[in-house]
Amino acid sequence: MTGHAERAARFAADEPRAHWHDQALWFVRLKRDRMAAAVPEWEALRERAAAVKAHARARLADYLEQFEREATRRGLRVHWARDADEHNAIVHRILSERGVTRVVKSKSMLTEECHLNPYLAARGIEVVDTDLGERIVQLAGEPPSHIVLPAIHKKKEEIGELFHRTLGTAAGASDPTYLTQAARAHLREKFLAAQAGLTGVNFAIAETGGIVVCTNEGNADMGTHLPPLHVACMGVEKIVPRLADLSVFLRLLARSATGQPVTTYTTHFHAPRPGGELHVVIVDNGRSRLLAEEGFRGALACIRCGACMNTCPVFRRSGGYSYAWTIPGPIGSVLAPGRDPVAHGSLPFASSLCGSCDAVCPVKIPLHDQLLARRREVVRAGGQPLAKRLAMRVGGWVLRHRALYEVAGRLARLALRRLPRALLYGRWNAWGRQRELPAAPAESFRDAWRRTRGDGRG
Amino acid sequence: MKVALFVPCYVDQLHPQVAHATVRVLERLGVEVVFPEEQTCCGQPMANAGFAADAAPLARHFLEVFGGFDHVVAPSGSCVSMVRNHYGAFLSGAPGFDRLRRGTWELCEFLTDVLKVGELPGRYPHKVGLHQSCHGLRELGLGSPSERMEPRFSKVGLLLSRLQGIELVSLSRPDECCGFGGTFAVAEEAVSCLMGRDRLADHLAAGAEEVTGTDVSCLMHLDGLARRTRLPLRFRHVAEILAEATA
Ligand code: SF4
Repeated sequence: MTGHAERAARFAADEPRAHWHDQALWFVRLKRDRMAAAVPEWEALRERAAAVKAHARARLADYLEQFEREATRRGLRVHWARDADEHNAIVHRILSERGVTRVVKSKSMLTEECHLNPYLAARGIEVVDTDLGERIVQLAGEPPSHIVLPAIHKKKEEIGELFHRTLGTAAGASDPTYLTQAARAHLREKFLAAQAGLTGVNFAIAETGGIVVCTNEGNADMGTHLPPLHVACMGVEKIVPRLADLSVFLRLLARSATGQPVTTYTTHFHAPRPGGELHVVIVDNGRSRLLAEEGFRGALACIRCGACMNTCPVFRRSGGYSYAWTIPGPIGSVLAPGRDPVAHGSLPFASSLCGSCDAVCPVKIPLHDQLLARRREVVRAGGQPLAKRLAMRVGGWVLRHRALYEVAGRLARLALRRLPRALLYGRWNAWGRQRELPAAPAESFRDAWRRTRGDGRG
Repeated sequence: MKVALFVPCYVDQLHPQVAHATVRVLERLGVEVVFPEEQTCCGQPMANAGFAADAAPLARHFLEVFGGFDHVVAPSGSCVSMVRNHYGAFLSGAPGFDRLRRGTWELCEFLTDVLKVGELPGRYPHKVGLHQSCHGLRELGLGSPSERMEPRFSKVGLLLSRLQGIELVSLSRPDECCGFGGTFAVAEEAVSCLMGRDRLADHLAAGAEEVTGTDVSCLMHLDGLARRTRLPLRFRHVAEILAEATA
């Protein structure tokens, strides 16, 4: 079975490209730093956001019910979906009952998670992603490689080539302004022809029964202003208790995501448009199971800003696809094994446990501790190769007994000093493929101590 | 004052000069150093790889060996963080554990927080890049990580910067991980080495002649990469620099 390490090695093998990817995301991380530094109460905001999320989580059922009540009162129609299949079926039913065959959609990681696009396509409904990055990967037939920057793995030349093939732009053109204009013109036709708009939900407010959608391109607004039907899909964790809580999250979200003070468009939907319909599909799809996991439920606080991906030195050099999961990066590596610890067993190990993700996360999810906890689960579930299990067992046993440890140490040093290079740097030695081994000393510290200071006291 | 010296297993076996330097620095400051010989390893390799059952006996062994001391000092941020932040899973409630956890220190924080040395009179006329190892930085709080919006400080940087003649170079990424990460260095060798080479390039671009840090493991990884491609960089643990500068 291939895991993250193999997929990452493939990405990293093209070193110039991996560096380019790393630089592009690091640039976003630096923008985030500048923006966060401009808010004197940044750390207090993070505390506050984490506290609000923890509170909402503890009373999730109550707030969801309150949301449904208030939303219904305002004329929104609320639907409940246990899993991805139910979600897709509900969306399909709403669309097909109204004879809709052309839909424009703004960014929503939930619909990615549920694989909504292929589901609707297979039933004769055209779904056009209208976020520019999403549209690029959709045209390329790929999933997003990052939750905020879906096409960050593509160079502008590659996008030019893709647009040339699919949108008929000039061959060899790679000027971002030109390409963006072309995409805009193409999307405008799709907006005009759409019979329904699909969006995600960034925040659902229990107190008011309204939903909030944040985009930088205004595409959620374009997609919902023309057609009479708006379907918004949200995970149960998107609930915030009060309208007043929003300010905390809106200040954190854009700064953490892209280093902007606020997203360009923050739209509140508190009623269907006159003569139109607004449906909200509330999806569980594994979230209540996560809620029941004491050590991991904090991960439900995630506002999908992507900051942990931009800061993660492993993500930057292994690319989003190396995670083979809708949500990549540190948060994805925490979430995915919760669904299937064996299939996603390599993800918690795709980390040096540097802790940068915790420190950057606007809602203070202790990501690296959760990664460590997921590792323990994977090991407990038997998801590690026998050779590693044996090495750990034997290593632990040797290290537990001082005399054995000393013998092993002496042998290792002797081997390092005496064995011919060809043997030391054999294929088995992953350390030595790109690195030299340390030059071993003749005498360990403890031997020297014993020789010069030993008094048998220990 | 008396401290028990904890020498991480790979330092003991592969980099004994770092432990010798630690002893010299401590003794020069009038501290009595003892080395409990029954010590082996804190269990971090097993614990970080998720093998809790194999790490637990080592944690218990560590408590047995070091439980009787007021202060335990180690030239390693990550091993100290193991004791302080991760032993709870194995030892919570065990008699003496709280005292052990509170009394276990990384060398530099022991100097600044317990001995309260403002500065060490010494001379070190070199251009040095400080590698801020992640566990020391973000788990022990030896400095302020660049992600957090709080007043900037670095306990290690402060100690070093006060040596005469030293020039601490400015890195473009002051605290990015070097890619060692324990078993990560082997299991994810490709990304690990890429990370390490990027750190080296940053130090070289900043004009460093030497790279120092609180963890031999990170330095061992960086040194291994640098020697393979013959980069003009030397690697020295911060204890070695302090010992030599104050000699
Ligand atoms: S885990 Fe935190 S940093 Fe990562 S996407 Fe979610 S909110 Fe953002």
